[in-house]
Amino acid sequence: MALAIERDDLRAAAVRPIVSPGALFWPLMIVFSMIVLGGAVAFLEQLQSGLGVTGLNQRVSWGFYITDMVFFIGVSYGGAVTSAILRLTNAPWRAPLARMAEAMALVTLMIGSLFPIIDLGRPDRMYNLLLHGQVGSPVLWDVVAINTYMAATLIFLMLPLIPDIAFCRDHLGPAAGRMRKLLYDRLSLGWQGTAQQKHILERNMTIVAVTIIPLAVMVHSVLAWLFGMTVRPGWNSTIFAPYFVVGALFSGVAAVILVVATFRKAYNLDAFITEQHFKYLANILLALGMGYAYFLFAETLTEGYKMEGFGAGEGSGALLQETLLGKYAPLFWGFVLGGLALPIAILALPPTRKIPGIVAASALVVVAMWLKRFLIVVPAMATPIMPVGWGAYFPSRVEIAVTLAAAAAVPLLLMLFFRFFPIISIYEMEEVAEHESERPPQSATAEVL
Amino acid sequence: MAVAVRRAKENTRVTVSRRRLLQGLGGIAALAAAGGLGIARRPFSSASGPAPKAKTKRRWGMVIDLRRCDGCKECTGACQNTHYLPNDHEWIKVYEVEQENGGKVFMPRPCMQCENPPCLKVCPVGATFKNDEGVILVDQDICIGCRLCMAACPYNARYFNYWEQPKPPGPFDNPMPEYPVPQRRGTVGKCVLCVHYTQMGRLPACVEACRMDAIYIADLETGVMTNRSGETYDLYTYLKENDAFRYKEELNTAPKVWYVTGHGQSLDG
Repeated sequence: MALAIERDDLRAAAVRPIVSPGALFWPLMIVFSMIVLGGAVAFLEQLQSGLGVTGLNQRVSWGFYITDMVFFIGVSYGGAVTSAILRLTNAPWRAPLARMAEAMALVTLMIGSLFPIIDLGRPDRMYNLLLHGQVGSPVLWDVVAINTYMAATLIFLMLPLIPDIAFCRDHLGPAAGRMRKLLYDRLSLGWQGTAQQKHILERNMTIVAVTIIPLAVMVHSVLAWLFGMTVRPGWNSTIFAPYFVVGALFSGVAAVILVVATFRKAYNLDAFITEQHFKYLANILLALGMGYAYFLFAETLTEGYKMEGFGAGEGSGALLQETLLGKYAPLFWGFVLGGLALPIAILALPPTRKIPGIVAASALVVVAMWLKRFLIVVPAMATPIMPVGWGAYFPSRVEIAVTLAAAAAVPLLLMLFFRFFPIISIYEMEEVAEHESERPPQSATAEVL
Repeated sequence: MAVAVRRAKENTRVTVSRRRLLQGLGGIAALAAAGGLGIARRPFSSASGPAPKAKTKRRWGMVIDLRRCDGCKECTGACQNTHYLPNDHEWIKVYEVEQENGGKVFMPRPCMQCENPPCLKVCPVGATFKNDEGVILVDQDICIGCRLCMAACPYNARYFNYWEQPKPPGPFDNPMPEYPVPQRRGTVGKCVLCVHYTQMGRLPACVEACRMDAIYIADLETGVMTNRSGETYDLYTYLKENDAFRYKEELNTAPKVWYVTGHGQSLDG
């Protein structure tokens, strides 16, 4: 009996953003849209005049855009992999979070994958990648990896959506409006919830969950090799691929926490997403934070022990000196203290291991990981590799506007997405509840088979 | 930009008759080379197929005698005039290397024309290619402007066209890899070792402009090097006798540019 009431509550909560998005929905949509529009106008100006409108120059020829690309694709990776691993390990607590994590993965990937195009001198010639593609180029590896991963992320999000869309089709009625009705009819793919349909769905969800993990590792590895295939000080590193992968997961889990906390508050989902969920996510974030700190330590120690080229004012020694004590020191130590030490302390200490603390730590991590990506891209380009001084880079108004637009597009697209699709996976919540009530698990397995 | 244009004008005024003559010759030579192919995109590369290839095969490189270089940067200016480049495109750039015992050495850096060019390896669309004379060129009609080659070049020898370049006077509206004038916006440019000059038996602009006779053009195939004044040496003997070396030899890029420094001088600062 209690279960039945809970089920109705769940279904009501899952479609709440569709039925009644709240008073703040439209004001926020307008604000975010204006910011995105600002970025679009700035980008048009760049198309018109060329990349000269950025702060890039002959020495530092990659800046904000490449930083944004690594950052947003990294965030996406965190959402997809967390959800996939938790599904494969059958962690029942994942159910109310999975939809938000997967939607965020897709949205941030869509935004992140725009940046390599925004950064091109000739975006109108993108088709040359198909016509003249060179297999030996890391850029081509990126094109292949990002597109494959994008397809996988879309399928990963869509599969558990099918039963939920069918639910909307059958239960929302006139509240949904004509456009949604058409959308639900098409996208529910004739779902009736038969045993055979469930069987096919479960099998495919497992296949995609297994596939998406190596795919995501691959995407972030080739992203790292965009830098790692050069001899530039700071990039000429063998640990770059795993370093990037762990960094992506770290920022991604933090972003999941932010998204979950925001929508939980906005749509009153406290009954399904409890403090315990945040503590589980905090454990993952904590482990990843320490993993990233370990990589950072390994990198800094091995470079710092040798200080290659330091005497001549060039090479990785000079870069490290400038990073730890020179021009980039405020950014670097800001990252180390504000993005690693402080969040790790907040997540580890019991008094702060509460929802507000965990959310604050996640916000710090997200901002600081953007900073870290900037520190990976720009100082390495500014480091002298010829007998000349340091290069300089300061972002232009255009780059800042485009970057802000990308940041605003994340909540914008997520709010839009949840205006059409249930914010909590009804299907998965009910499956998990069924499994829980049918212990021992052997019987459940037998039934599926 | 304005400065570059002004300089271009002055230069034209001084050497107008010789330049005209040579340009006329060049036009005829280019027509002959293109032959029946009409408009071949890469008339000098292997893509030209059965076009007449009467000339001896060349493999171009350079020798730069830093004992003679006084850092006047005439080479940079001549290059910029020849290719109508903005000021921040220094296809041959003169660096000042401080010496440990005081004083400094001037080091002009053209494209090193590497045998193993890192820039070519990373290009996603094959816009950067090596022509059959060993010169690394960029097809600015294919380049997408990702700038990975700029990140990969260990010599900072590549330059991106952030802005539209003004159209130079004269019939230059069909840039090709061998003579990329005007530079195309949104693509990467670099030293082309003046293959448009060497084809007609003329010295590259920087060699021609070096009044200290410090820059030699070298043909690795026939083993001959020569400079503006016509000082001509056997390349490999000269390299050996003068302890010539290649910059950043340890990177395995195998540059085709050699440097000669005075006793006790170094380019490592």
